[in-house]
Amino acid sequence: MSWAFLRDLLSGVNKYSTGIGRIWVAVVFIFRLLVYVAAAENIWKHEHDEFECNIKQPGCENVCFDHFFPVSHIRLWALQLIMVSTPSLLVVFHVAYRENREKRHNQKLYRNPGKIDGGLLCTYLISLILKTGLEIVFLVLFYKLYDGFKIPRLVKCDIKPCPNTVDCYISKPTEKMIFLYFLVATSSLCIILNLSELSYLIFKYSIKCYLKRHMKKQQ
Amino acid sequence: MDWGTLQGVLGGVNKHSTSIGKIWLTVLFIFRIMILVVAAERVWGDEQQDFVCNTLQPGCRNVCYDHFFPISHIRLWALQLIFVSTPALLVAMHVAYTRHEKKRRFRNGEKIDIEELKNEKIHIRGPLWWTYTSSIFFRIVFEAIFMYVFYYMYDGYQMPRLVKCDAWPCPNTVDCFVSRPTEKTTFTIFMLAVSGICMMLNLAELCYLVIKICMKESRKTT
Repeated sequence: MSWAFLRDLLSGVNKYSTGIGRIWVAVVFIFRLLVYVAAAENIWKHEHDEFECNIKQPGCENVCFDHFFPVSHIRLWALQLIMVSTPSLLVVFHVAYRENREKRHNQKLYRNPGKIDGGLLCTYLISLILKTGLEIVFLVLFYKLYDGFKIPRLVKCDIKPCPNTVDCYISKPTEKMIFLYFLVATSSLCIILNLSELSYLIFKYSIKCYLKRHMKKQQ
Repeated sequence: MDWGTLQGVLGGVNKHSTSIGKIWLTVLFIFRIMILVVAAERVWGDEQQDFVCNTLQPGCRNVCYDHFFPISHIRLWALQLIFVSTPALLVAMHVAYTRHEKKRRFRNGEKIDIEELKNEKIHIRGPLWWTYTSSIFFRIVFEAIFMYVFYYMYDGYQMPRLVKCDAWPCPNTVDCFVSRPTEKTTFTIFMLAVSGICMMLNLAELCYLVIKICMKESRKTT
């Protein structure tokens, strides 16, 4: 059980997506998932071991690390990737439900079970809204938890059992910050793609509806 | 999920590439991705642990390491490989779009052989020529950018044995020793050479495509 599962899931989603949806899948695979696995994971690998405080007091380093990093950046990143990919499952489930229904009634109920119309359109729009919402929630969480997207070289810590205010040094802060900015940039790109897809679908189907009504009136 | 997925995607692009494109892809897989995963990652694996400074001052080592290595070579190479491989996806998307259009026309009643469609070798002409040529152009640009970033960030391509650091909290100027400098320099030069080869292959492919289309145009007019 690893990221390969997510990859297979997203490949399945690709079939029922619009063109913009496919670009979104490509961006998530290559610029988020692949960068996470190939580069970012290793930067945060030894973050606790390399976190150093200017004190010999046992327990002080642990307590300070826990205070400044309640949930590590890399874990939040992984959670974000999983949460953001999951709404697409709604579409897959809906298509499977349609196909099941056709099998049960043993007749062709839909012109094409995978085509985005009617109920499937609603499901698709809901999945887009959920994806965008979750992206924004995680970006806000990153911002609030870590006071902006900065990672300082030095943090001052005075929690028990540290005797006074102690200097603690974070490892690789510049590299971590660069990848954090990369994460924010790709998240924003995905939000823009989702919003464009949403507008495109709403626009397309409003025009379709309007034309249908117009033709009915003429008849 | 790792470089294997990228390999799968790019392998699909291989079918629609020119011969030079296929050579480029082979060089990319064997001399860059494979070397990165199998060898380079091990060499840089212990880079911070074995970065040693001549001081007992806590925090000095962290700060000096961060100052001299804002972003590790290995991460820059991973990003370079990802960015350089991405333009090939444009071609894959264009081919998929063309196939999709043909399938749509087939469903609307036109007579198209479905078997032929699946195994069809898409020739690089018309709009696909533009997509393919732009993808090669972007590849060259990304390679050049990353080579320049390496040069600018690390003041050349050599890894020094010793760096002198006086960032706070280091008390004075402190000697810090980089781990495995010769091995790292060797790999840096190797990756640089292979980048250069890839860039030349891309330039050759670009020239080949441009010459081919010019000859075709001149044959049409005569």
